[in-house]
Amino acid sequence: MTDVSQQAEVPDNVVGGTASVTDPGRRRSPLTIAVVVVVVLVLAAAPLFLAPFATTTLTRLLVFGLLAVSLDLLVGVTGLPSLGHAAYFGAGAYAAGWVSVHVTAAIPVPLLVGAVVGGVAAAATGWVAVRSAGVYFLMLTLAIGEVLAQLAQSWDSVTGGANGLSGIPAARLGGEPLVNAGYLYWYVLVVGLVAFALVWLLARSPFGAALRGIRDNEPRMRAIGYPTVVHKYAAFVAAGTVAGAAGSLLAAQQRLVTPSDLGFTTAALVLLAVVIGGAGTLWGPVVGAAVVILVRDALGPGLGGHGELLLGIVFVLVVYLLPRGAAGLAGLRPFRRRRP
Amino acid sequence: MTGWVAANLISVLNGLAIGALLFVLAVGLSLVFGMMDVLNLAHGALFVVGAYLAAALTGGGASWGAFLGALGLAAVIGLLGGGLLSVMTEPLRRRSHLDQALLTLGVALIVAELLQIVFGDDPLAVPAPPGLDGSTSVFGAAYPTYRLVLIGVGAVLAVGVWLLVERTTLGALVRATVADRDMVAAIGVDNRRVKITVFALGSLLATVAGVLGGPVYGASVGLDSTVLILALVVVVIGGLGSVRGALVGALVIGQIESLGRALLPDLASFVLFGALALVLIVRPRGLFGGRSGATA
Repeated sequence: MTDVSQQAEVPDNVVGGTASVTDPGRRRSPLTIAVVVVVVLVLAAAPLFLAPFATTTLTRLLVFGLLAVSLDLLVGVTGLPSLGHAAYFGAGAYAAGWVSVHVTAAIPVPLLVGAVVGGVAAAATGWVAVRSAGVYFLMLTLAIGEVLAQLAQSWDSVTGGANGLSGIPAARLGGEPLVNAGYLYWYVLVVGLVAFALVWLLARSPFGAALRGIRDNEPRMRAIGYPTVVHKYAAFVAAGTVAGAAGSLLAAQQRLVTPSDLGFTTAALVLLAVVIGGAGTLWGPVVGAAVVILVRDALGPGLGGHGELLLGIVFVLVVYLLPRGAAGLAGLRPFRRRRP
Repeated sequence: MTGWVAANLISVLNGLAIGALLFVLAVGLSLVFGMMDVLNLAHGALFVVGAYLAAALTGGGASWGAFLGALGLAAVIGLLGGGLLSVMTEPLRRRSHLDQALLTLGVALIVAELLQIVFGDDPLAVPAPPGLDGSTSVFGAAYPTYRLVLIGVGAVLAVGVWLLVERTTLGALVRATVADRDMVAAIGVDNRRVKITVFALGSLLATVAGVLGGPVYGASVGLDSTVLILALVVVVIGGLGSVRGALVGALVIGQIESLGRALLPDLASFVLFGALALVLIVRPRGLFGGRSGATA
């Protein structure tokens, strides 16, 4: 009975299931490659030209961008809209911060610990969420995220409670602390690019194709023999791991982790970044993250700290006017509506 | 021993009060989703609008006039806000359900920020109306009178909603729409008007719940997401689109919230999540969910 009713709801998003329009990198023209190379070079050279404050903003942008990419693996590739993804970001940030304070801040350690804890947290809570789909998934992840945020709030001895985990030492590379904003930026950039490449490869792999199949028509994938719940679970844990890695970068950049970093607002802003940028393209959400960070951190102070008001308005407009986000504007692919 | 009983009696009463409030809040969310598949993430924001309204009107001193005025104003704002939300989601009707949920998320962000701009960052208290601000002795334990009244008001509203949905023509239409929207449209009923009506009434209940909950929760930044999550847990446990599910879910969550906080204060949110996980494992569509949700 349950299965029948679930299937009855699916045809809604089946239309156009034959072509995965959002396959990243399917059309790799020389132009695309040139754009990628130029973007990477510009990003790498940026701290040489920018003031330290601008470099710091750019660092935050990259951290948030990586978080958005990890969420896109769920939202755009697998079709699982999560409103609790900030929880794994926060779990990774707290873990990396705690290790930096109590054990060592030598570079691969906080990053690896953050990624592992993000993945473990996703594995521990995701098995409930992946049993559902669509809006139910949205609700469950929202509840999970809030529970983890409350844990961060109440577990004083480890997280520092409402005051947050402060006094995180600078990340160390070969014994030298990365105090300079430029060096820190390059560290974040390298990790971000590697993680982005890994997510991109994952999305292009046969596993990624199966995930897109689940997004377009889960009953059909189940019928042809894919264990769809296992696939969704694996995607959820992978996304949590990357979010945890992004969290460790946050701890290195901010040197302070607070409960608001994993709360509802952060989770909503990341989802907003993915939607603004264009879900399923992986690079679109980075653009969306840039919009979110620039509006909140660069324009926000001029609006009396209420950049989120502007973001809300932008968000509502994007939902109406750009169903496929900023990526839909770029016109890199022939325009095809997934859901007419 | 008597102390333990008294302490837990207080918790049970608290749970009933929270449950009554949660039912009023969640039933609108549940019906709108069950009928039109629109998940209204701005539902928590509507609750907080009611709470701030109560705080603003009773700020000059608690009086029945101010409290009832806040209730009336909140009802009007809820009706208009719900109608507006319904109209706003209409152009997205042919798109995925997610787009509609995202739109309401954007609206929720905007409303929360506007409230923060108008009322500031500090939490505001809402005094109970005069005469209800004292405490009453319940089996020897002092208990806030307002919460007892809240339990009563919640029960009255629950009966009212149940009668409306089960015993009126409008209710029959609502249940029919939950069961088979297309069939209702085929016999000549304009779905959009049913949707606007239910959206407006559901939002009215949310803003009214905000005023009623004011003396318990106050009005503060971030209250909207807390409340939204509780309401979502209630409807997930109860089953979407079911009035009875919302009632049972609200009473269960009310008890879990208050007994959990009293007995296992550190683990309260895990108990909540554990209950949710348990229900979903046993009944993935909630206790009263599924396509048979028409049985309200």
